[in-house]
Amino acid sequence: MTLTRHDVENIARLARLQIREDQLEPFAGSLSRIIDFVEQLGPAATDDVEPMAHPLQGMVQRLRQDRVDADDPRDLYQQNAPEVAAGLYLVPRVIE
Amino acid sequence: MNFHSMSAAELGRVLRQREVSSLELTEHFLARIEGSGARLNAFVTVTAERAREDARRADAELAAGRGGPLTGVPIAHKDIFCTAGIRTTCSSRMLANFVSPYDATVVERFTAAGTVLLGKTNMDEFAMGSSNETSHFGPVRNPWDESRVPGGSSGGSAAAVAAGLAPAATGTDTGGSIRQPAALTGLTGIKPTYGRVSRYGMIAFASSLDQAGVLARSAEDAALLLAAMSGFDPRDSTSVEQPVPDYRAGLEAPLAGLRLGVIREFFGEGLEAGTGAAVLAALDEFRRLGAEVVEVSLPALPLSVPTYYVVAPAECSSNLSRFDGVRFGHRCESPRDLYDLYTRSRGEGFGDEVKRRIMTGTYVLSAGYYDAYYLKAQKVRSLIAADFQRAFEGVDLLFGPTAPTPAFGIGEKVDDPVTMYLNDIYTIGANLAGLPALSAPCGLVDGLPVGYQLIGPQFSESRLLAATHAYQRETDWHRRLPPAWA
Repeated sequence: MTLTRHDVENIARLARLQIREDQLEPFAGSLSRIIDFVEQLGPAATDDVEPMAHPLQGMVQRLRQDRVDADDPRDLYQQNAPEVAAGLYLVPRVIE
Repeated sequence: MNFHSMSAAELGRVLRQREVSSLELTEHFLARIEGSGARLNAFVTVTAERAREDARRADAELAAGRGGPLTGVPIAHKDIFCTAGIRTTCSSRMLANFVSPYDATVVERFTAAGTVLLGKTNMDEFAMGSSNETSHFGPVRNPWDESRVPGGSSGGSAAAVAAGLAPAATGTDTGGSIRQPAALTGLTGIKPTYGRVSRYGMIAFASSLDQAGVLARSAEDAALLLAAMSGFDPRDSTSVEQPVPDYRAGLEAPLAGLRLGVIREFFGEGLEAGTGAAVLAALDEFRRLGAEVVEVSLPALPLSVPTYYVVAPAECSSNLSRFDGVRFGHRCESPRDLYDLYTRSRGEGFGDEVKRRIMTGTYVLSAGYYDAYYLKAQKVRSLIAADFQRAFEGVDLLFGPTAPTPAFGIGEKVDDPVTMYLNDIYTIGANLAGLPALSAPCGLVDGLPVGYQLIGPQFSESRLLAATHAYQRETDWHRRLPPAWA
């Protein structure tokens, strides 16, 4: 499996990552090496094996009561935001 | 008194006996951190004022005859744990100015235990690395040889404790990030069972693998700190609701009769000869102390690294999608539109290794490749977990090396990610199966520390700590300090 510059551009677009032009080739090389490396999983006999998503077998998702248990921390949280106004997060215009 | 060579347990004792105040201790460590310690680059943020406040509070407690085993003992937190009012960077440009609005549960529990916060330690960016070289704030130096890496990703915590800049520090371990740096710097490091310690407020890398733990000078210190940080937390949905045993009392459990399984697959090609010899010498010591040693085989274990490099990047690509330049973290200048805002903020905010892992994860999860890579890796993960389960039917603990070589040179392995990934060849299995595992020092190779590793069944932390405590009562590798820092 050898990834091309074009593959890297495609993956980077899906991952919302800007990759500099001069880095496409190096990333294509290192990602190809990683994918080649993980391909050794291919021959492992896994026909009747259940996939494991989580190390705590048999654990069930815990739920809590749907009730308010904290004050609204919006102002506190928004202190880390790059741009806010009137309690809202600002982004470039999406709808013209 | 030579405070920086004393264990956290010893410091706790002299504090309670009022032979020294917490403020004096704190000043001693701050002076080391800000003095010659600065050249190790072990800290991202030194919290001197906060440390002094914590120390004064601890001294008041101690003066009133209150206080537990850690009251007034200074510690450092890996900069992956959120600290209210103190910046938490994960050693990334993305979070270089992030000030957490809340404390991680681990941080909260150490505050409740009366410890003093010296600062936040350097690490590989978002804990992705095995050498601490991916940090936005530059590499950390190994106090045993400053031209070498301390290991990673908890490299700052490891260097700080090894050089006596802090008596103990927290770390996190997704594929070996506590144990490998502990081995490379001569420390005792424990990664507990998945679910034992709350992940609330611990910046996520790979959620089914991440677990918090400690880097310390001895099994006794590791037991004290682990006790302080463990236990159920309703704010982490994978936190396990199970009582925490008294790890310290458990240290005295006798070693005689312990069945120790030597993992055959860990002693093959790739293990540096000196490291292998030191680890086998430790095995002889365990035998002498009464352990029954048998060889075991875990045939799927050699597939741990490729399995991990599908599962961990997949989870990371999903977890790190939260960094979008909108709510917190780095934002690019004058974005043209929303796509430009996302891609440029992330492109500027993340370093190369983080980008590589996000892209690997995006690729293995993408349509057409999911079954071949991600589903396949999850199935192999089952095989590896089953190997461990079978092994524990015949033995109490598993034994092997922690890392294949002693510390390597800064810059030596940065060009090939796969070579770097193989540093974690012996540690990743425990993360995939969610098992507790510990590394402890067992020798020096050309003046560089090496460690052995013990892996146990889920929730067997006491057994790991007791076995190592028994070993450390008979040996002094854990008491060695880097010559330049003694």
